[in-house]
Amino acid sequence: MALSTHRTTTALLRHLTPAVSYLRHISTDSTSTITVETSVPFTGHKIEPPSRSVDTTAQELMSFFRDMALMRRMEIAADSLYKAKLIRGFCHLYDGQEAVAVGMEAAITRKDCIITAYRDHCIFLGRGGTLLESFSELMGRKDGCSKGKGGSMHFYKKEGGFYGGHGIVGAQIPLGCGLAFAQKYKNDENVTFTLYGDGAANQGQLFEALNMAALWDLPAILVCENNHYGMGTAEWRAAKSPAYYKRGDYVPGLKVDGMDALAVKQACRFAKEHALKNGPIILEMDTYRYHGHSMSDPGSTYRTRDEISGVRQERDPIERVRKLLLAYDIANEKELKDIEKEARKQVDEAIAKAKESPLPEPSELFTNVYVKGYGVESFGADRKEIRAALP
Amino acid sequence: MAAMLHTIGVASPVASGGVFPDHQSNKFAVSSLHSLPVIRSEARSNLSSLHESYRAGKLIAKAVATKGENAAASGASKPGHELLLFEALREGLEEEMERDPRVCVMGEDVGHYGGSYKVTKGLAPKFGDLRVLDTPIAENSFTGMGIGAAMTGLRPVIEGMNMGFLLLAFNQISDNCGMLHYTSGGQFTIPAVIRGPGGVGRQLGAEHSQRLESYFQSIPGIQLVACSTPYNAKGLMKAAIRSENPVVLFEHVLLYNLKERIPDEEYVLNLEEAEMVRPGEHVTILTYSRMRYHVMQAVKTLVNKGYDPEVIDIRSLKPFDLYTIGNSVKKTHRVLIVEECMRTGGIGASLTAAINENFHDYLDAQIICLSSQDVPTPYAGTLEEWTLVQPPQIVAAVEQLCQ
Repeated sequence: MALSTHRTTTALLRHLTPAVSYLRHISTDSTSTITVETSVPFTGHKIEPPSRSVDTTAQELMSFFRDMALMRRMEIAADSLYKAKLIRGFCHLYDGQEAVAVGMEAAITRKDCIITAYRDHCIFLGRGGTLLESFSELMGRKDGCSKGKGGSMHFYKKEGGFYGGHGIVGAQIPLGCGLAFAQKYKNDENVTFTLYGDGAANQGQLFEALNMAALWDLPAILVCENNHYGMGTAEWRAAKSPAYYKRGDYVPGLKVDGMDALAVKQACRFAKEHALKNGPIILEMDTYRYHGHSMSDPGSTYRTRDEISGVRQERDPIERVRKLLLAYDIANEKELKDIEKEARKQVDEAIAKAKESPLPEPSELFTNVYVKGYGVESFGADRKEIRAALP
Repeated sequence: MAAMLHTIGVASPVASGGVFPDHQSNKFAVSSLHSLPVIRSEARSNLSSLHESYRAGKLIAKAVATKGENAAASGASKPGHELLLFEALREGLEEEMERDPRVCVMGEDVGHYGGSYKVTKGLAPKFGDLRVLDTPIAENSFTGMGIGAAMTGLRPVIEGMNMGFLLLAFNQISDNCGMLHYTSGGQFTIPAVIRGPGGVGRQLGAEHSQRLESYFQSIPGIQLVACSTPYNAKGLMKAAIRSENPVVLFEHVLLYNLKERIPDEEYVLNLEEAEMVRPGEHVTILTYSRMRYHVMQAVKTLVNKGYDPEVIDIRSLKPFDLYTIGNSVKKTHRVLIVEECMRTGGIGASLTAAINENFHDYLDAQIICLSSQDVPTPYAGTLEEWTLVQPPQIVAAVEQLCQ
């Protein structure tokens, strides 16, 4: 296998390049620890930030790369599908922010809950959702995760601990505190990550929920995915204090480089330990989205193309992991390109399969409005007779 | 079939061993019901007894409140016990909290204070501060919190100190409470109960005397019920807590001190059923909540004048029990709706449309709907009185209908 040849070559190289040997860590098994420093240190508010050195393994870095490549590919494909009018309505894309999703997953279990707003496709994948479910739901087909009845903003996966998928800005924050409340009630040592954006950070319900979470020591971690633009308005034009990690006041906060998957992982692990002992904590993920707010927003009227390409060049999360993989000799260029091609293939296959999936049956219009275990369905004001037969 | 129902009644959904039976085990208890044929409403009595047997630990078949039946039954078997409506609500809540550890209460002043209308008095010392949770004054977020907890399987009872305050939580109730079951394709159920007093009190002012049942009526996915007597208050509370759907339970500020004798045995009422208060022949009077008492007062006058009105307390505001209502319309051919809700876009307006649509051929006269006036409730006593429907107006309307 190419990989083992490389390791032998590297072993030979070790004697030749002693200065570099610290970086060329010989891992005969891909689970031995590699320690990497995050790009920037963490900044804390009323809390001692965790260390900059993150432990990881070759296996984990590869999985980061694979997952992020898949997520990126999925979002780009969704862009094309939207332009081809197969996806309608609202479509909010997450490309550029993938590091938050994969870093968070690496630090927690499926028993922990994640709830987010409408930019949910990649987090759904991270929680165990499949590409088929994702594309089918986007195209409104029966095989979608919500049977085609939810759409882009309503992805849910109960078994994976993913609670959605919410369209109204900020409304998911009290829900997230409710999930944390239930975890505290059941005493099950799990936490809830409630994600929201820099736009939602100005909602009153955030502070109401934060007050309650702090009052009752709920294991809630509020994560502000700060991509610096709330819809079309820059953060400095919407918030008097754009230091979102400080806005919890009595609740400790941590500012994290959200484009660095390892930093996200470290922060989430740290936050989970903190929340289980001391109650809520706010994490501000400094991240960036390449697309506009949604597909109807070009994304360039309120920011310059130079800014977007600058971030893409300097801070792209996938590129960062790629450099790490190359530097540590875990994989070579060709292998990584192969992984990206594989991701593309998987996405194309999933789209083809999703296109074949049928639209929901007309009777599905009335199912799942109420929960009824008796085989009785709800049909308008008079629930006891079939009132309308759809054409 | 009776034997199978009995088995299901015994194997009640709450597992005795595990503290937190998850949704799956609930489904297991119900799964044997799936093998029963799908029952549509022609077999109405079967349906209601199915509901009851599933819900009640002990079987009380057809626990539908009809005043005569109830008095006879309770008089004949056990004398029952007398209590006030708020105590009946508390009894129902307490029984459900004992039965299922997942039931919890949250609201303002419900814990240590005991509830602003004493509905939750004594529950916090008994069940603990986490199960009877005093929230800060933040309706939007604590309603959202309750709904989030319900998504994981808890069964919160969210109290609004006044239904008018729940307008602050309207987004959570409409989008998350009502629609999550649908938009998640059935993955999450929200077995929450949102309850609180509404309606016009004694000179409480406009913002604290809102009649807004109809604001919630259009929300898909929730059920609305309004209680009016201690008997149906306790039964509806228990049914609402046991229901897998979100239920909004409307109480009324002025009805909390009603006294009645209710049975000692456990009973659960059907959430979608209306209550026949007084059978009659000449006219159907449909009402709910406090207006029931104004109607019964008017009925005394009407009976003296020789009329025989049929009075139905519709109880279920969403969905309407068009079966009971329809049968009554087919009998009397005249309908009068008396409600406290607003005239424009109120429950009565919606009910008028539903009856016209379904039973137009059976009506001999146009439906008269008496609702409260389209004004904010004034503070002055006399003005407040004229905002609502009073018994003389009801008598006049019946006389007009029966010409």
